[in-house]
Amino acid sequence: MKRLRSVGPVWRGGSIAIALGVLVPLLALLWLGLGSGLGHWAHLAGHVLPNAALNTVLLLLGVGLLTLLIGTGCAWLVTAHDFPGRSVLHWALLLPLAMPTYIVAFAYLDLLHPIGPLQGALRWALGLDSPRDLRLPELRSMGGAIFVLGFALYPYVYMSARAMFMTQPAHLMEAARALGETRLGAFWRVALPLARPALAVGLSLALLETLNDIGASEFLGINTLTVTIYTTWITRSDLAGAAQIASALLFVVIALVMLERLARQHQRYGSAQRMRAIQPRRLQGASAWGASIAAGLPVLIGFIAPALYLAWETAKRLSQGGGISSGLLTSLVNTLLLAAGVTVITVGAGLVVAWAARGQGSIRNRDAWVARLASLGYAVPGTVLAIGLLTPALALDASLAGLLGLPGLPLMGAGVVLVLACAIRFLAMPVGGIEAGLARLPAALEQASRLLGETALGTLKRVHLPLLRPAIVASSLLVFVDAMKELPATLLLRPANFDTLATWLYAEAARGTYEEGAIAALAIVIAGLLPVVLLARKPLSIGMVEEVKK
Amino acid sequence: MSVALKMVGVGLAYDGAQGQHRVVADFSLALEAGHIGCLLGPSGSGKSTVLRAIAGFEPVRAGSIVLGERLLSSPTVHLPPEQRHVGLMFQEYALFPHLTAAHNVGFGLRRLARAERRERVAAMLDLVGLGHTAQRYPHELSGGQQQRIALARALAPQPALLLLDEPFSNLDASTRERLTDEVRDILKMAGQTALLVTHNEAEAQVFADHIGVVSGGRLASWNPTLSPSTQGPQ
Repeated sequence: MKRLRSVGPVWRGGSIAIALGVLVPLLALLWLGLGSGLGHWAHLAGHVLPNAALNTVLLLLGVGLLTLLIGTGCAWLVTAHDFPGRSVLHWALLLPLAMPTYIVAFAYLDLLHPIGPLQGALRWALGLDSPRDLRLPELRSMGGAIFVLGFALYPYVYMSARAMFMTQPAHLMEAARALGETRLGAFWRVALPLARPALAVGLSLALLETLNDIGASEFLGINTLTVTIYTTWITRSDLAGAAQIASALLFVVIALVMLERLARQHQRYGSAQRMRAIQPRRLQGASAWGASIAAGLPVLIGFIAPALYLAWETAKRLSQGGGISSGLLTSLVNTLLLAAGVTVITVGAGLVVAWAARGQGSIRNRDAWVARLASLGYAVPGTVLAIGLLTPALALDASLAGLLGLPGLPLMGAGVVLVLACAIRFLAMPVGGIEAGLARLPAALEQASRLLGETALGTLKRVHLPLLRPAIVASSLLVFVDAMKELPATLLLRPANFDTLATWLYAEAARGTYEEGAIAALAIVIAGLLPVVLLARKPLSIGMVEEVKK
Repeated sequence: MSVALKMVGVGLAYDGAQGQHRVVADFSLALEAGHIGCLLGPSGSGKSTVLRAIAGFEPVRAGSIVLGERLLSSPTVHLPPEQRHVGLMFQEYALFPHLTAAHNVGFGLRRLARAERRERVAAMLDLVGLGHTAQRYPHELSGGQQQRIALARALAPQPALLLLDEPFSNLDASTRERLTDEVRDILKMAGQTALLVTHNEAEAQVFADHIGVVSGGRLASWNPTLSPSTQGPQ
């Protein structure tokens, strides 16, 4: 029996190799960043870091507060109250997840332009005719960046807060009421403190996305650490400097990941009890409509308005007979090819890591630890990862070129490094998804198959792969769409003259030309809707199963 | 003896898919101050719904619920739970998992000054014999200890009426027998008016002064038990 449970050396070796591969860029980065002399650091600390670091901290604070406010407030509204539109808002509040931050910023730059549709309509409604008479605050500012990122990223907090409120036993709130607390008081003193770990998990994910963002901050003119890494390498060709800023950013990331891990450990509070969930209270009259508006506003701002804008711009462009340029079509093909390649490699590697981690008991702990290590990439901002990969990749390319007598950069030029960067960043999704799928399968299945004479590999093929298909399909979809949306690493690692939809959009927004950017953005958003539909259904269906069980 | 709780012709219903679903009809009883009443019936008989209506978690469709001189519920009046001075002890105890035993007990005492609150919490913990567990969290307590903390928490604000919803059903048989006696002694010592809901007839006989049998959402009978303390608190 013991041999059945142990993981074969090949699987374990493969899993450890993948985890080491994930660590390569991080170690390279630290070596570069810490090894290049203190003089460099002094220059950075004196000139580059203070401004960029302050911007990053302000952005994190603002986005953190805004996402907490919107995410927690909306989650509480839809779980504990009933009002017109609640059943739709329940999932519609997730829609902004389909919008990468750089697309929201792209759309609002045009939507909120002083002579754009929104301010124009506002002036028309107020009977003013000059942009000088009424001007909304400038979007290209710290406040604007916080607004855009907050409404794009609140779903991370919303999702985890909603899951928490949905499973919070109703009797705790009732006990608080019976002890003399008002509804609001019971929320503050009981529901909110109990949800704190879940809020911290959602918050840290939203903040990691904020650190990863390059497009929105760049478009809105906020010089963050992430943007600084990019410009240091692209415009100043200073790889050592970029690596130093990246390693500084890495410490912020580590702090956020520790916050998330710590919060997850505390999440088991009371979850052992299986209880009646909070029943939504029906709101009447003005408060009902107020709730509909309050919970509808984030969807409107974070998704509907920018999506309508993109659809409108696309329709306008296509109806003018311009058609789609061959350059954009090539970018679309490039995007799909890149996403497909990333998906195959990432899900394949995820399967190896998750399968190797499936053992039980003390063996499991060690292999599960390898799986955690292999999943680290999700937290590392794309620019940081890219800078970390550049040095080893350039060195490898140079020796490969010398060895085989090839011109240029064989690995970088073929996009291999870009695919690897995406695979490292997205590996957590298939590892987590397939691990969760495996955890639901009883160990006896494998034992039965092995006792019937099947090998480990044959068991995986004949028993587990068919059973794991939903998990594999779901994580493939997630990886595919995220690879389509990926911007920061793609910007830094793409081969020369290679554009994806995201970089196409970035180039247009950077030039301020706004020609076919909306079409590229719309294509990304439509693809981005697929995993959101998946997400919207999943937590609900789990809740429904629980309801039926009772 | 003055009447503490008075229910007259109370009717309760849920909003279902096909309109209102009647759960309790024409429910009337009177419980004297300092006495312990018990609603006895199988699950689904509507007894827990009656308890939730007294606590203010269910609206009343007909009749009225009066505690002392105050009208708690009628079809037109619904006092919110926090203003009823009604304590509730849950079947699952519902201890706040993020608070220590002492903070759980002190939860309903926010209006008291700090020193006074600390004193009351200590007194309540002593009353249930758990002074040494003050700084522990609920998951660090045994089932019986959690139950007694829940009792102390419900008693601390000195409610006009204490409701107990199957408070002993989550305990093993021997603990249950011991705690039934213990809790009854504590309630009698405090002179607390209380209403218990249970499906266990033996428990009802030992615990209560008055037993009402509930079936099909109606109170079939409301009679004193044979226990000597029916004559009131000693």
